[in-house]
Amino acid sequence: MAAEGEPLLRVRGLEKAFGKVLAVNDVSFDLRPGDALGVIGPNGSGKSTLINLVTGFVKPTAGTVEFKGKDITGIAPHRAVGLGIARSFQMARPFYNLPVYKNVVIPVYSPRSRKHMGAEFGDRDEAAVHLLEDVGFERDSPVPYKKAGELPHGYLKRLELARCLALDPDLIILDELFSGMSMSEIAGILPLLEKLRAAGKTLLMVEHRLRELFRVVDSVLMLQFGRKVAAGTPQEVMAMPEVAEAYLGAEVKVDA
Amino acid sequence: MSSPGRATRRERIDRGIKVRSDEIFVLASARDLAWVLLPRALAVAALLLFPLLGARVGPYWQTVMINTMVIALLALSWDLLASVGLISLGQSLFFGLGGYVAGALDSFAGLGPLWSIPLATLLGAALATLVLYPLLRLRGVYFGLITFALPLLFMRLIETTGALGGTEGVSGLTPLPNRTVEIYLVTAAALLTAFAFRRLIATDYGLVFHAVRDNERSVMAAGFDVQRVKAQAVFLAALPAAFAGAFVTHRYQFVGMTAFAMEYSTLPLTAAVVGGPGSFLGPVVGSFILVPLSEAMREFGSLRVVLYSLMLLVFTVGLPEGIFRFVARKYGQFERRVAIEEAPDGR
Ligand SMILES: Nc1ncnc2c1ncn2[C@@H]1O[C@H](COP(=O)(O)OP(=O)(O)OP(=O)(O)O)[C@@H](O)[C@H]1O
Ligand SMILES: [Mg+2]
Repeated sequence: MAAEGEPLLRVRGLEKAFGKVLAVNDVSFDLRPGDALGVIGPNGSGKSTLINLVTGFVKPTAGTVEFKGKDITGIAPHRAVGLGIARSFQMARPFYNLPVYKNVVIPVYSPRSRKHMGAEFGDRDEAAVHLLEDVGFERDSPVPYKKAGELPHGYLKRLELARCLALDPDLIILDELFSGMSMSEIAGILPLLEKLRAAGKTLLMVEHRLRELFRVVDSVLMLQFGRKVAAGTPQEVMAMPEVAEAYLGAEVKVDA
Repeated sequence: MSSPGRATRRERIDRGIKVRSDEIFVLASARDLAWVLLPRALAVAALLLFPLLGARVGPYWQTVMINTMVIALLALSWDLLASVGLISLGQSLFFGLGGYVAGALDSFAGLGPLWSIPLATLLGAALATLVLYPLLRLRGVYFGLITFALPLLFMRLIETTGALGGTEGVSGLTPLPNRTVEIYLVTAAALLTAFAFRRLIATDYGLVFHAVRDNERSVMAAGFDVQRVKAQAVFLAALPAAFAGAFVTHRYQFVGMTAFAMEYSTLPLTAAVVGGPGSFLGPVVGSFILVPLSEAMREFGSLRVVLYSLMLLVFTVGLPEGIFRFVARKYGQFERRVAIEEAPDGR
């Protein structure tokens, strides 16, 4: 891991205006290697846009993003991946016409994976099936060999995660991974996320499912109308009156 | 197995294999192997033997064969573009560029077909890639419209500037040695292209093409430069088409504005759709149907476009998988007859 205090990701004054709407407004935060940050906030508060800005899918109108000490503001998405940032999408859109495991072969075959994992992966089809197993697909069921278009929603979310892991990323950004997943599916995924943390991966998770989120992350950032309105540990943030108000009725219990 | 008179029904015996994968074949016997290989072997043998028939088939059928192969090359090119999600309505762009580069190399540099055809194949494809590069961001119908307009643009450019012979074209080019060489050359090129493209699309590199067609965003998220993948696809697809242009230029010892003619766009497109896109054999099959038909109807002139349009309509609506896939599917469907069991008594 990098030297103490040296952030892996440094976001400063990030802003994105869509016309007159400031989807992200002056957001700053740091992620040190091994950190796990949860980003919460009501619908339309700019969480996905924040992810898009960090991963290069949307260009910011102001502010900077630094990764591993390098300025990557407005970088092309494939370059961000090359540097070690992998992301999932809120709306999982697989390669519908390809079999599920071939969906994972694509990132396994990507320039980054070939450079980093090449020999380790060995046979790419095999590597893809292994990765799918890691996220809870049963290897000997027909599911990994079906067309991705036929997958139920919960499986699609896990496929998204498998595609991130295939890139051997340093920073994993997950946009509402848990939404659309059943309780038992989430329970199946949590150990994997803990394992990733133990392996030193850095995590940034956008979630509405707070109880499950707080089992993974150790700090939280809350957005509202694109602004960062709260930050701290889950307990601290949930104790803030404005947060409690926003999540009124959500009845979130934080077990420390 | 079944005695005459006993009721039987057909039962598919390849189902169990199909469920899990389309790529694994279990061949039980030499007979099965022959069943699978024979059609390919026969088709390739027929194509390679045809030129040897020489004058016996007569110049008409020799010409039909050459034209079929030229359109097949353009249709194969169309199919590779389609595999990455780029629908081309202007295959004549590649054809014309290859043709004019060959014409220029032969006429101004005196290279002769041995050098000018391979060079024009590469340069024509590179040129086409350069022209299309800024347009690769366009999706679906917009890319199609641009490819439709570009050959017309090149035609007008040549007409108004008088460059490369203007409306007169470039003539007096070095011919190919003889008819047999011509047929062999173009047939070999088509076979090689079909084989190479089929292999390419089966690799993980080809998989990325299909992935781009499905969903560009996820390909970017997987760390690929989508623009670059598309440019590579365009270059590879342009190779056989530019070759076709260069070949025809030397065959006619002439290249003119007709190299950008619409026919070199509509015929390959129709051939690919009729034969069945996505297989790299369908377009060849489609060419064998369309070109002889179009030659037979030469007297109808431009009315033939009506025929192409009708065929396009019928096939996109009625048989979108195309003739090749349909026949191959039926052919590869292993069945046996089984006796229908009598219901046990009392039922
Ligand atoms: N491409 C775009 N063009 C215009 N406006 C956009 C675009 N993307 C997002 N927005 C707007 O930016 C704001 C923030 O959207 P964003 O998707 O980032 O919210 P979110 O926090 O992810 O919401 P949710 O919880 O519903 O996913 C919204 O008002 C949205 O309408
Ligand atoms: Mg969102």
